[in-house]
Amino acid sequence: MLPKARTGIDGLDEITGGGLPAGRPTLVCGSAGCGKTMLAMEFLVRGATQYGEPGVFMTFEENAAELTANVRSLGFDLDELAAAKMIALDHVHVERSEIEEAGDYDLEGLFIRLGHAIDTIGAKRVVLDTLEALFAGLPNHAILRAELRRLFRWLKDRGMTAIITGEKGDGNAITRHGLEEYVADCVIILDQRIKEQISTRRLRVLKYRGTAHGMNEYPFLIGEHGFSVLPITSLQLDHPVSAERVPTGIARLDEMLEGEGVFRASSVFVTGSAGTGKSSIAAKLVEAACQRGERALFFAYEESAAQIIRNMLSINIDLATWVKKGLLQIHSSRPTLYGLEQHLVMMHESVNAFRPTMVAVDPISNLTLAYDDADVNPTLMRLIDFLKQKQITAVFTSLTSEAMVEPMQENSQLGVSSLMDTWLLLRNVEYSGERNRTIFVLKSRGMAHSNQVREFVLSDAGIDLVDVHLSGDRVLTGRARIAQEEDERVALSTGHADHLRTLRQLESKQKTIEAQIAALQAESEAVHLAIGQESVRAADQQILAGTKRQPGGAGGTQRKPV
Amino acid sequence: MNTKNVPETKAVAALVQYVLRLYITGSTPRSLRAIANIRAICQEHLKGRYDLEVLDIAQQPQLAEGEQIIAAPTLIKKAPLPIRRFIGDMSETERILIGLDLRRASGTATDSGSR
Repeated sequence: MLPKARTGIDGLDEITGGGLPAGRPTLVCGSAGCGKTMLAMEFLVRGATQYGEPGVFMTFEENAAELTANVRSLGFDLDELAAAKMIALDHVHVERSEIEEAGDYDLEGLFIRLGHAIDTIGAKRVVLDTLEALFAGLPNHAILRAELRRLFRWLKDRGMTAIITGEKGDGNAITRHGLEEYVADCVIILDQRIKEQISTRRLRVLKYRGTAHGMNEYPFLIGEHGFSVLPITSLQLDHPVSAERVPTGIARLDEMLEGEGVFRASSVFVTGSAGTGKSSIAAKLVEAACQRGERALFFAYEESAAQIIRNMLSINIDLATWVKKGLLQIHSSRPTLYGLEQHLVMMHESVNAFRPTMVAVDPISNLTLAYDDADVNPTLMRLIDFLKQKQITAVFTSLTSEAMVEPMQENSQLGVSSLMDTWLLLRNVEYSGERNRTIFVLKSRGMAHSNQVREFVLSDAGIDLVDVHLSGDRVLTGRARIAQEEDERVALSTGHADHLRTLRQLESKQKTIEAQIAALQAESEAVHLAIGQESVRAADQQILAGTKRQPGGAGGTQRKPV
Repeated sequence: MNTKNVPETKAVAALVQYVLRLYITGSTPRSLRAIANIRAICQEHLKGRYDLEVLDIAQQPQLAEGEQIIAAPTLIKKAPLPIRRFIGDMSETERILIGLDLRRASGTATDSGSR
């Protein structure tokens, strides 16, 4: 395994599988202004601050003061590092007009300077930026080339991990003066291209002897925290999955999603035409995350942060509170500010810095406006996979034109939507002079989601979903729904009255019957009593008659058997 | 190594004092050649009005950075102005003489020498 020296530059170590070849020179080339010096400088500074490897920066173009000022914007304090003997700066100034060749020479002076600087701070890293200035300063290129060959050999012998920068040559030439001839171990090409008036910087590892490396071009950015290259780790599709559910903040929407909401670290795609409430859903998800005490990041490409806060307040979503509490960050920028890749790199940086659990992008359609789908998909895929890797739940909104609602499902959004786990489709339904919003869950991976269309209501109270009414084969929303509901309510109340009346009638009938039963019972008892009395009376009479006539003769003479 | 100022009487221009510094890298054959060559030139053309100092940057590496030395050997003409640098083993006497304004470049009468 080839020993490698970590650069500490976001993404570059991933692409190169651990950094630059340790103890060997690496050529970094590109056209003017594409970030060669910044990359080299960050390599040194990170080496000094993170890996304890002091470094020598030999500059042939800018002087030490200029260089120090330039990298201060990235938060690198060269003066401090120089005072701590972690970085040594040496400005090599070659003025052609002052120099006269007078015989045979070599560049031993340069070697001595470099050697002296290395020894002074015990350097492990060296940057030569850019050696090609020597070609302008020294007339005898034969000597120069021989000396450069010796220089690279010498750097290797001293075990220096070095970056040599070079200007991009014309046509197919990697560098103007063919430095790649001498630096054979690792060549990195930086490129800045402009498409649709938007410039994107890209990095490519052209060659890396003895190691596997990413062959693609990767967009990179020089941001507030230095250089960062969009990493590729995510292309593996091996991110961990979570069975945990994240409520959306809209109770009825959760209900449609098995009553629990979306999976953590899944991606939610909200599409719809203008004014269907996409941003509101995104804001609601963000608010819900903040209410759970989680951090959320809102990338806005249409409205400024202040505007979002104001507008969302109108539907009772108070984002300002969360911003103040530090749980929410809103990043607003113009889509045209950078290329798509650069936006994604910015998102990476923000996500890495803020570590949210919820990210909203509103809308991605604006980002993708100027690009072919072929361009968009790989980069978006990187973003989505990156977020999944970080276990971040993401919500993306996308604007679709009204007319496109139907074909959209099959065509234009297909590439992106296949990357999404949950797809909420918002639609405007126009009926009887009203336009109302409906929502349904087009898909939601891994759960039995509702197949029903709901009406989506935005009000002062917030977002709510209401069951729609079907009248024949028509979906009723808005006033038509309310009218229908009223009808049903009336119908229901009428029925109830009837029922009560019937009940009352039946009750009184029952009472009547019970009264009759009671009367009959009383009569029956009276009859029974009369029977008893009669029997007693008859018996008394018989006894009386018997005593008068023949006392010995038992009674019953009158009742002779027939 | 210092040969001090002995004014000559021939011409006004000849009165100008030359301050020369030769930077070498150790006792390499090239260094030694350069020392011998420049001494010969000084003796022949600047006799009595030059200050030549030979410095070894292998011994004093910090000098190399201060004086912006890349190539070795390097001769710096500090005075008279303008400052001029010569790199090499000082074997090209003609070029040096022209560069030191001691000889006119190929027939043209110029005071500043070849550019």
